[in-house]
Parts: sequence; C-alpha cells; structure tokens
Amino acid sequence: MKHYAKYMLFASALTMSSSAYAQINIVFWHAMAGEMGNKVDKIANDFNASQKEFHIQTVYKGTYTEVMTSAIAAYRAKQPPHIVQVFEVGTATMMAAKGAIYPVHELMKDQKVPFDSKDYLPAVASYFSDTKGNMISFPFNASTPVLYYNKDLFSKAGLDPNSPPKTFKDMESYSKKLQAVGIPCGFTTEWPSFMQFENFSAYHNQPISTKENGLDGLDAELKLNGPLQVKHLQNLVNWQKEKIFDYGGRGDSSKPKFFSGECGMTISSAGARLGIITNMKAEVGISLLPYYDDAKGAPQNSIIGGASLWVMKGLKSEEYKGAALFFDYFAKPDVQSWWHQQTGYVPITNAAYELTRKQGFYEKNPGTDVAIKQLNLNPPTENSKGLRLGNFVQIRAIVDEELENALQGKKTPKEALDSVVTRGNELLRAFQKSNS
Amino acid sequence: MLGGISKGLIEMRGKRVTFGGVIFPIVFLAPQLIVTLVFFVWPALQSLRTSLFEQDPFGLSEKFIGFENFIKIFNDAEYLEVVLLTISFSVTTTTITMSLALLFAVLADRLVNISTIYKSLLIWPYAVAPAIAGVLWWFLFNPTIGILARFLSIFGFNWNHFLNSNHALILIIIASSWKQISYNFLFYLAGLQSIPKSLLEAASIDGADGFTRFKKITFPLLMPTTFFLIITNLVYAFCDTFAVVHATSAGGPGNSTTTMIYKIYRDGFEALDLGLSSAQSVILMFLVGALTLIQFRYIERNIHY
Repeated sequence: MKHYAKYMLFASALTMSSSAYAQINIVFWHAMAGEMGNKVDKIANDFNASQKEFHIQTVYKGTYTEVMTSAIAAYRAKQPPHIVQVFEVGTATMMAAKGAIYPVHELMKDQKVPFDSKDYLPAVASYFSDTKGNMISFPFNASTPVLYYNKDLFSKAGLDPNSPPKTFKDMESYSKKLQAVGIPCGFTTEWPSFMQFENFSAYHNQPISTKENGLDGLDAELKLNGPLQVKHLQNLVNWQKEKIFDYGGRGDSSKPKFFSGECGMTISSAGARLGIITNMKAEVGISLLPYYDDAKGAPQNSIIGGASLWVMKGLKSEEYKGAALFFDYFAKPDVQSWWHQQTGYVPITNAAYELTRKQGFYEKNPGTDVAIKQLNLNPPTENSKGLRLGNFVQIRAIVDEELENALQGKKTPKEALDSVVTRGNELLRAFQKSNS
Repeated sequence: MLGGISKGLIEMRGKRVTFGGVIFPIVFLAPQLIVTLVFFVWPALQSLRTSLFEQDPFGLSEKFIGFENFIKIFNDAEYLEVVLLTISFSVTTTTITMSLALLFAVLADRLVNISTIYKSLLIWPYAVAPAIAGVLWWFLFNPTIGILARFLSIFGFNWNHFLNSNHALILIIIASSWKQISYNFLFYLAGLQSIPKSLLEAASIDGADGFTRFKKITFPLLMPTTFFLIITNLVYAFCDTFAVVHATSAGGPGNSTTTMIYKIYRDGFEALDLGLSSAQSVILMFLVGALTLIQFRYIERNIHY
C-alpha cells in the first residue's frame, strides 16, 4: 500500500508539472538527415532558449519526397505540421495549393514581424516568389551543384591539387590520369537530373523549357532534348563504358563512391560539404562546375536547388506567431552565417554573406564561396533564373529513368531525351489543366 | 498463419466443430470482422471511389471523370511492361521460394535430434520486416561498400544494380524469396509430417528408392499444400514486395524493377496523382481477388485424399 501511494504521488506530480507548461508547440517537419539534422536541431534549440512562448519541435520525416507526401497526407487528415520543408521541385505544386498553404509574406505581415524580401539574395528570393515578387515560402537551405575533388588522389595521380578541371575535356583527361594510378573511376554525380540536365542547361544558357523555364506561364514545353544536352548524354554514355564517368544511382546514392575514394571527383550539392568533411579523411577541394568551352554562352550561372519552408493552413491562429518568430530568428545575420558556414548551403541574406566575408571565413576555408560565386557568375538570362514546372517530381524521375535507359544502351541519347520531352510535356499539360 | 495450418488440418481429417448458440460465434468473430472492415473493406471502397475522380494532391478539389483513369492505364504501353514484369517477377520468386522451401523441409524432416534448431533458424527471416530485409540486401549488394558485391568483383563480376537492369531484378528476386522461404518451409514441413509413414515403408519394401518414393508418393500428397502455397506466394509477390523494391532499387534502373505495386506508390505518392494510383489499386485488387477465388474453389475440390 505504501508503494502504491508513492507511485500515485509521483504520477500526479508529473501530470501537474506538464499542465503548468503553457508553451505552444510548433511542429517543423524536415528532411535533413545525419549531421545536417543536428545543425537544424541546434538552431531550433537556440530559438527555444531565446524565448519562452513557443517551442519548435523538429521532426526528421525522411527524404524530400517522403516529407512532402507526408505533409500532404497530414493536411488531408486535418493534422498538418506548422512548418514543412519542401524541396524546390515541389514549389509549383505547393504554390498551386492556395487553400492549404499560408504564404510567408502574408504570415509576416499578419503577425507584424519585420520582413523585407530585398534583404534576401535575388537568385534565392525570386525562386520562391510569385509573379508579383511576394515571397510565398521561406528559403531555408539553398544550394547549387559544385565540383568536389579528392586532393589526395590528385597528388597520387600527379595532378596539381590546387588546379581543378575547368572544362569537360579536362574532366576526361584528369579522369584518365586518375585511372592510370589505379583509381577505378574518374567522376560521378548526385541527383542526375538536377545536376546533369537542369543545371547543365542553365549553366550553358540552354533552356530547360520554354516560358523562362516555367516562371512565365503554365504553358511551358520542355526543351531538354536540345543538341547540347544530347551531346552531353552521349558523352556520359561513352564515358560510362570506361568508368571515366560512373553512374552511382539516383538521388545521393553515389555518395559512397566519392567517400570511399572509388571516384576521384563528384558533382554534388554545395550542402554536401558537411557530409564530406564528416565522412572523409582525405583533403577535398571545391571548384566551379565543368562546362563545354566550345558552347556559346557557357559558363552562364547555375540555378539553386535545396528547399524552402512552407507554412500550412488549418492550425490555430495564435500558433502562427511562433512560425513567424522562428523565420525572423533564422534570418538574423549571425544565425544565417553560422548555418551557411556549418553546412555549405549558400547564405540566403545579403547581410549574412557580408558578415561571413568580414569574418574572413572564405580565406580560412578555400572553396566555400564557390557556390555563391557560381550563382552570381553572370546576370541571369531567361534560361538561368531558375525553374518552376508542375509535376516536376515525376518529370525528374522520368529524366533519371531515361538516363538509365541510355546508359544501358536500351535507347540512344536522342531517343531517351525525346522520350523525356514527350512524357514530360504530358505531365505539364495535365498540371496546366488542373490549375487554370 | 496458424489459422491456415489448422484449417488445412481440420479439413484434411474431416472434423467439424460447432457452437450451440449465436452469441459466442459473434463475440469470437467480431474483432476480426471489425479489423477487416476498417483496414481492408473501407480503404478498398475508398480506392474504388477515388479511381473515378481526378483530385489535386491536397484534396482541395475533385472532378468526377468516370472510367477515364482506367482508359488511360490500358492505353499506356508502359503499363503493359509493368504487368508483364510483375508476372515474371512473381512467377520466378514463387518458383525459387517453393523449391528451396521444399528442399529444406525434406532435409529437415529426416533429422531427428537437431531438427528443432534448424526449424527455428529457418523461420527467422519471416520475422524480419520487409523494409528491413530490403535495406539488409541493399547493404550486402551495394556496388561500392557491399560485401557480396565486393566478393563478386573478385571473380571479375562487376555488380552494379544501379546501372544494370538484370542485376536489379536479381536483387529484388533474392530479397523477396529469402523472406518467404520460411513461411513455405513451415507449411511443407507440416505437410510432410502428415504423410503416413506406412505408405513410404510399403513403397520401399516394394523396391522404390528415395527419389521414386518422393516422386510417386510424397509430392502428389503435398499437392494441396503446394497449390495453397502457389497462390499465397503469388499474392505476396504482387502485394507485399513493395518495401523490398523501395528499399533496394526504387523501381530502377529505367523502370526495369517497377512492379505494379511499386507503380501504384510512384503514381500515388511521388506523382501525387491519386486517381490514377487508385485505379491501378483496383486493377491489382481484382487480379489478387481472382487468384484467391481460384484457390478457394480448387482447395474445396481437393479435400479428400
């Protein structure tokens, strides 16, 4: 009986203490795995410590696709999270769901939290703004593909570790030198569609689709089967035969190839730097993307990837203040610079970029400003402002599929890319039909 | 699983169990019926409904389009490829699973003392969740860091299921079969042990060797079990292998490992086209329903042996 009373007292004390805690919980779903997730948690913890009214609860929900699907399912079940991280290719779908999302510029205005879209890097802000220039989602982790190369393996192959390849011709000759000393593969890539087709097109001032890659209208048509893209795919197919280029799968499946030293170089996201530092002992250099120097207009500038934060409708109005305050906190220069320096993602505000420069970070860590330099390499043309195409998650999967068909020799590069355009345009028309 | 075994046993021996009143049966049946209604019938009806509509991903609006989704599916050349792949994948997986399970059962049946250890160890894979099994095989066969992939490279065989369709297909067949062998093994073992020893003794007295005894007595007497397992395995390969495909090859390379169930996931959850995905679910449901119907009718006809 004595023990029973003790347990009852303990249990009631617990319940009483939790009801005294009137903090509002803000749920934040994200796709930042591993070490990156720890950085997100630190930002959330610091925000929580800085004020007592709101508590950000971070939840790692899986891959970008899984997070987006879960958020949609949760919304349909009337239990959405407050904040959800959606990758850039989901932007069109999210923007079209006007009844489900709470545009960020409206949120900040309603909650009377200061917010000016001019504070943000133009390449980043415009990607997530509507045609009137109002920001609909909050940029969180913006990246762009860059070239990583294993300096130790370069030295081993007799290559100058401070002189990375600039053109695809260089990529070929460097790869052959690496292979000459026993390294199995020259280079690989992550996110094949994003890096070898979308960004490839922008960087060479070629259109991904008409209508400014979809930014100017829903009636865009894909143009990924242009002569330069076909030429590049043919090169990839040829290089695969000797493993000058070695395909490592979709998404970021190719990471082990670079981490293990199987491939001497990889084309990967600016945000991959953190994973590389964490997982590799070798010294790694970062440089601009390779290009074809006989292509007119190359190198132009690359376009951003990554994700932004969307606020879901359907929650209690007093809770939204927490989301607004969290965005305000995240945009502070010192928080932003910390996030940029730790992860490799580009700083999303001008102030953060300036602060990082003043701190001498780029001198101490050569290569960390490559991403931002590449994004700002040239004033963007109609082919390199970004992209906004509907059903793009599916279209990317089609590009990956047809790339794999071409690499296996099941289709010629021209057939594969023509198929991408045909199948992709069907999806674009379906999206157009249901959103006009 | 236990219900399946006991049903088989009860039917084979012709026993019947009856209850006096109506309350007891209802009380016993209610939990299972509720679960079946909530988790199977209700979602199936929802699928049927959704397949006739065109919805935006968030469910903010929908438009009735009748059988348009179905027409779109049947006109899609790619869908035929997916169906053919699913059939060949399922038949291959079923054949491998049942052959190996029968072999293990025959071998385990002969053991007297240590058979329990073998039985326990052979049943373990069944307890592994399909997603975990998929990740397990992903690690073993990863072209860069997988133990089995590296082992194969010693013989000059470059394993890369990211690039080679055949490798990817082999991978999902192995991963799917591995899990099901245990289930089949249990049924075959039970089946073997219900064969009267006197029959086999009589045969060996008549001069039949092991292989002939197996061919003429054992295997024919295992036909009800075999038929039941064929249907069960086919249904497993059609429906329960989603997790294995998702964790290993994600339907690639190209679409060479995109089975029907995987395409349902792709169209529904990645492409967010719920109408099209539901229509495919309905088609798959009818296919599986037809298989199950065949099973019930055939088993009923082959009760008495």
